[in-house]
Amino acid sequence: MSNFDNIKSITIKQPLKLDCGKEISNFPLAYETYGNLNENKDNAILVFHALTGDQFASGQNPVTNKEGWWNYAVGPGKAFDTEKFFVICANVIGGCMGSYGPGTIDPTTNKPIGTNFPVITINDMVNAQYNLLDHFKIERLFAVAGGSMGGMQVLQFVSNFPNKAKVALPIACTASHSAQNIAFNELGRQAIMSDINWKDGLYDGKTSNPDKGLAVARMAAHITYLSKKGLQEKFGRNLQERSDLKFGFDADFQIESYLRYQGSVFVDRFDANSYLYITRAMDYFDLTKQHGGNLSKAFKGSKTKFFIISFTSDWLYPTSENKDIVIALNAIGADVGFVEIKTDKGHDSFLLDVTDFLSTIKNYLNTTYLNINERRI
Amino acid sequence: MKEEFKVISKLIDEKSRVLDVGCGDGILMEYLSKNKVVDVRGLEISKEKVKKCLSNGLAVVEGNAEYDLKQFPDLSFDYVILSQTLQAFMSPENVIKDLLRVGKKVIVTIPNFGHWKVRLDLLFKGEMPITKNLPYEWYNTPNLHMCTIQDFYNFCNNKGINIFKIISLNGQKTSKISSSNLKYKNLISELGIFLLEK
Repeated sequence: MSNFDNIKSITIKQPLKLDCGKEISNFPLAYETYGNLNENKDNAILVFHALTGDQFASGQNPVTNKEGWWNYAVGPGKAFDTEKFFVICANVIGGCMGSYGPGTIDPTTNKPIGTNFPVITINDMVNAQYNLLDHFKIERLFAVAGGSMGGMQVLQFVSNFPNKAKVALPIACTASHSAQNIAFNELGRQAIMSDINWKDGLYDGKTSNPDKGLAVARMAAHITYLSKKGLQEKFGRNLQERSDLKFGFDADFQIESYLRYQGSVFVDRFDANSYLYITRAMDYFDLTKQHGGNLSKAFKGSKTKFFIISFTSDWLYPTSENKDIVIALNAIGADVGFVEIKTDKGHDSFLLDVTDFLSTIKNYLNTTYLNINERRI
Repeated sequence: MKEEFKVISKLIDEKSRVLDVGCGDGILMEYLSKNKVVDVRGLEISKEKVKKCLSNGLAVVEGNAEYDLKQFPDLSFDYVILSQTLQAFMSPENVIKDLLRVGKKVIVTIPNFGHWKVRLDLLFKGEMPITKNLPYEWYNTPNLHMCTIQDFYNFCNNKGINIFKIISLNGQKTSKISSSNLKYKNLISELGIFLLEK
């Protein structure tokens, strides 16, 4: 992995009791910010990243030199307008962009912690990131937002800290990971763990990494992020730089070549063990179960304004699962808005510039910020 | 703002919880939250309109009243509003039942099929009437269950639904409808606005 010397991070000193029973302390949480915190400290938005994201939501990621994962949404004049709002984004614990994770070097062995890292949950991720409020001396966030696993963190955050965010924006997510989602994650993990270089998770992170397994995991997952229609329209049965089938196992089709490329670039920026840990955290996520089978209880007494968004072609976190959250919120009279955005771009839509998606968020946030401030006067 | 919305907002007490079913662009919701200090939620079937409402910061959920009213608990709102939408449902009877379950009071606006212009159209032209409130041709109308003020009045009586108030709206003119002037008002009203309770 690249060096993290110039990455911002806080060291969380006080012990954090994890769901698995273990305790961690004195660990790093890497973060990035965009825009400026105003004098009242009422314009902060905490954005949570998804499975393979990191703290670099916007601009250029200084480690990968690629565009930030939510560059369409976060920036000056964008949906999360950094001319108005102070956007904070942290790398989740278990991640591989400077936060405490399986790739962190254990000073006693001088090797990556690997699978000696404790199994973490969405709850643990959120509890770790809560320390950022203290760090910035923010009493209350204006909003928490995120898509996919980021959305799960939004739900967990408002459940854990009911009055710490005025607005919650969970996008394309679920309150409880489905059997299908667990199945896809297991497929990815098995691909990694079957790689001879995985070595029970104790690879050295330098010479031999389970790149092949991680690439296959990424390829499989990538299919779940797109829709059938989207794939068909983009690739169809188009051939890859050839006029005819080659009767072999090279990438004859463009879709094969595309997936291979996606897999190969992914291993340059992501750690296989992080992939195991983070997918596990997603699988364990069941906010309904955390509240005795009644999801409404997770949000009881919440004064937060919820805005839930799903996408028509998202079959990984389908509208029905997003709507379950809406139903649970309506059952307790919470302030909730919900729209299903029409698109062929599948689950990936939340990362893209899908028509009306980002403009609706932008207007919602700007109007709500003004409304809340007017009411205060 | 539409005269109808002014009438509806006068029926609503300050500081109450309101659900606007079929809230459209959210014009009534916005008026209510700014002028009546009410806590107002909306349910709307059109994605375009839901996006417009959310862009204005309104708490609107995309959904169909025939299926999605179920998620609201009994008597969870002081008022539930249904403005000129009843006739478009597959089962208006079930929707009214659900509205009365969710709301302590229910406000229903009926585009009146008993208006004299409607009657004359059918009588003299022999064609399905097209009016300002009912602007569709018979083959593309979303309105499946048209009724008159008299019909809805009878329906409420038959179902044991309490009618608190009926207001007639004809152009900009409002007037009260009572059992004694019902026949006449059914002839001259474009809209009938009903305040109901279970």
